[in-house]
Amino acid sequence: MMKGGGFKIYAFVYLLFLYAPIVLLPIFAFNNAAIIAFPLSGFTTKWFEILWVEPQLWVAAQNSLIVGVSTSILSTTLGVFAARASTRYAFPGKGGIIGMIMLPLVLPEIILAVALLVLLLGIGIPLSLFTVTLGHVLVCTPFSIAILSAAFQSLDKSLEEASYDLGENAITTFWLVILPLVMPGIISSLLITFTISLDEFIMAFFLAGTDTTLPVYIFSQFRFPKSVPVIMALGTILVLLSITLLSIAEYFRRRGIAKSGGSDTGGFL
Amino acid sequence: MARSRYLDAEAVNGLKMISPTAIYALLMLAVPLFLIFVYSFLTDGYLVIERIPTFANYVETWTSPVFEKVMIRSLGVSMAVTAATVLAAFPMAYYVSFFVEPSRKSIWLFLITIPFWTSYLIRVFLWLVILGYNGVINSTLMSLGIITEPLTAILYNANSVVITLAHAYAPFAILPIFVALEKIDRSLLEAGRDLGETPFMTFLRVTLPLAMPGIISAIMIVFIPTIGDYVTPTLLGGPEGKMVANLVQLQYLKLDNYPMGSATAVSAMAMVGIALIVGFAQSKLFRRVYTRLIGGSNAGTSVAIAALAVVTSFGACILAGRVLNGAFFAVVLSVAIGHIAMLIWLRAREAK
Repeated sequence: MMKGGGFKIYAFVYLLFLYAPIVLLPIFAFNNAAIIAFPLSGFTTKWFEILWVEPQLWVAAQNSLIVGVSTSILSTTLGVFAARASTRYAFPGKGGIIGMIMLPLVLPEIILAVALLVLLLGIGIPLSLFTVTLGHVLVCTPFSIAILSAAFQSLDKSLEEASYDLGENAITTFWLVILPLVMPGIISSLLITFTISLDEFIMAFFLAGTDTTLPVYIFSQFRFPKSVPVIMALGTILVLLSITLLSIAEYFRRRGIAKSGGSDTGGFL
Repeated sequence: MARSRYLDAEAVNGLKMISPTAIYALLMLAVPLFLIFVYSFLTDGYLVIERIPTFANYVETWTSPVFEKVMIRSLGVSMAVTAATVLAAFPMAYYVSFFVEPSRKSIWLFLITIPFWTSYLIRVFLWLVILGYNGVINSTLMSLGIITEPLTAILYNANSVVITLAHAYAPFAILPIFVALEKIDRSLLEAGRDLGETPFMTFLRVTLPLAMPGIISAIMIVFIPTIGDYVTPTLLGGPEGKMVANLVQLQYLKLDNYPMGSATAVSAMAMVGIALIVGFAQSKLFRRVYTRLIGGSNAGTSVAIAALAVVTSFGACILAGRVLNGAFFAVVLSVAIGHIAMLIWLRAREAK
C-alpha cells in the first residue's frame, strides 16, 4: 500500500527502537569480554557455563518458579470470577468495584509495594515467598481480567440458555459449556501472568524478605561489574523463555476468541 | 414486579460472582492504601511506631529541600516521558489501525507488546550499554567522526531516565490510542472527504477528536506509573537523576521510618492528582472559551492547551519555589485550590 509509506517507515524505525536493547542482549551474552562495551572481542559461551554452576541463581530460579506458578493460578482464578461477573451480569457498584480491582494497572508499583509492606508487617506476617505471591497476584489479576474479558465477551449467550433449557443448572452449565469455550483464554492468562510474575521486581524487592527471586538476584548482581556478562547470558535465556511463553499465550488467546465466535480485535489490553 | 425481581437476582448473582476478586482487592489494595494514609499521620519512635497523631511528617516533607527537588524532577521527567511517549506512539497506532490489513493487526500488536513483557530490569540496564561512555551511541558517533569526546549528557542524569522510561512505556501509550482509532467508524472519514475537507482537515476535525479518549487514557496510563518508577532512576539516574520512588525506598527500607515514607508516598500521589486536576480543569476551560468564541468544540487543541497549561503551572511552581524560599507547598496548594475552584465553577455554569 503506497499511502502508508511514510508511516510504514516510521513504524519500522519505532520497532527498531523498541527492540534495540533486546537485540543487544545476546550480542553481549556471547561476547568474550568482561566489560559490556564496544568494540566486541570474540565469541564465547563461558558466561553461560558460569551461569550453569551458580548455586544462588538456582535458588532464585526455583523461588521465581514457585511464586510464578502460584501467582498465575491464583490471579487467573480471581480473573475468571471478575471477568465472568463483568461481562455477564449487571449489578450495582459495578464500575467502582471493577475500577478498584483494575487500579494496580495504573498505580505506581512502589506505592502498592509499600502499602502491602505496611499491612503485612502491621499484622505480623513475616516476609517470604508467600508475601511476594500476594503482591504479584494483585498486580497480575488486572491483566488476567483484561485477557479473560475478551474471551467471555465473545461468548454467545444463547449457548448458555440452551444448556439451561436442556436441564443443566448454573454450576454444570459453567463447567460443561462455558469453561471449555473460554479454556484457551484461561491458558493464555495463566501463561501471561506467569511471565509477568517471573519478571516483576518491585514487589519482590520490598516483600521477599531474605528470599530472592530472579529479578531480585539480577538487581543485586548489577553492583558487581564482574558478574554483568553472566547476567546478560541469564537475560538472554529469560527473554527467549518469555517470548516463547507469550507466543503460546497469543496462540491460545486467538484460538479462544475464534472458538467462542468473536472477531479478533487484537492486543492484550 | 416480576421484572425487578429478576434484576435483583441478577444483581445478587453478579455481586456473588465478583466477590472473591473484590474481597482480595479490598484486603490487599484498599486496606493497605488506607493504612499508609493513616501511618503518614503517626509518629516514628525507636523501633516502634507510636500512635500519636501528628502533622509533623507532612510539615517535614513539604519543607524539605530534598523532597522539593526530587518531586519537581519526578514531575518533570514524567511529563517529558508522557509527551515523548504519546507523541511517538500516535503515528504508530495510526499506522497499525489505518494501514495494516485487518488480518495482520494482531501480529503487529503482538510485536509491539513483546518487549514490554520481557525482562524489565535487563532492558533498563541495557540502556546503560547504549547510552554509556563506551556505549553504542558514543562509539558509533566517534567512529563516524561526528564527535571526538564521548557524550556525557546522556548518562546518569534525568535525560537518560527520560529516554529509558519512554522506551519502557511505549506499548502502554500505543494500545489505548490504537483501541480508540479502531472504534472510529470509517464512513465518517469518507463523509468528511465527501463534504469537501482535505485529508488533513478530516484528520484534524474527525479522527483526532474521536481518538481523544485513547490519547487521554494513554496520558494517564503513562504519567501516573512513571512518576513512581524506581528501577530506572536507580540504575541510570546517577546522583542527579533520583526520583521520588528512591526517596520512598530510602525512608522505608534504609531509614526504617514508615510514617515519613508514608507521608512522602501520599504527598507524591497528591502531586499526581493535582497535576491531573490542573490538566482536566484547563482543558475544560479552554473548550468552554472555544465554544463561546468560535463555536463547535475542539477536543484536540484543548488537550494540547491543557498539557501546555500543566507545564506552565509546573514551571510557575518551580519559579515561585525558587524566588520565595520554602514556598513550594504554598504554591502547589494554591494552584490546586485555584483549579478545583475553577472546575466547580465550570460545572455550575454547565448545569445552567
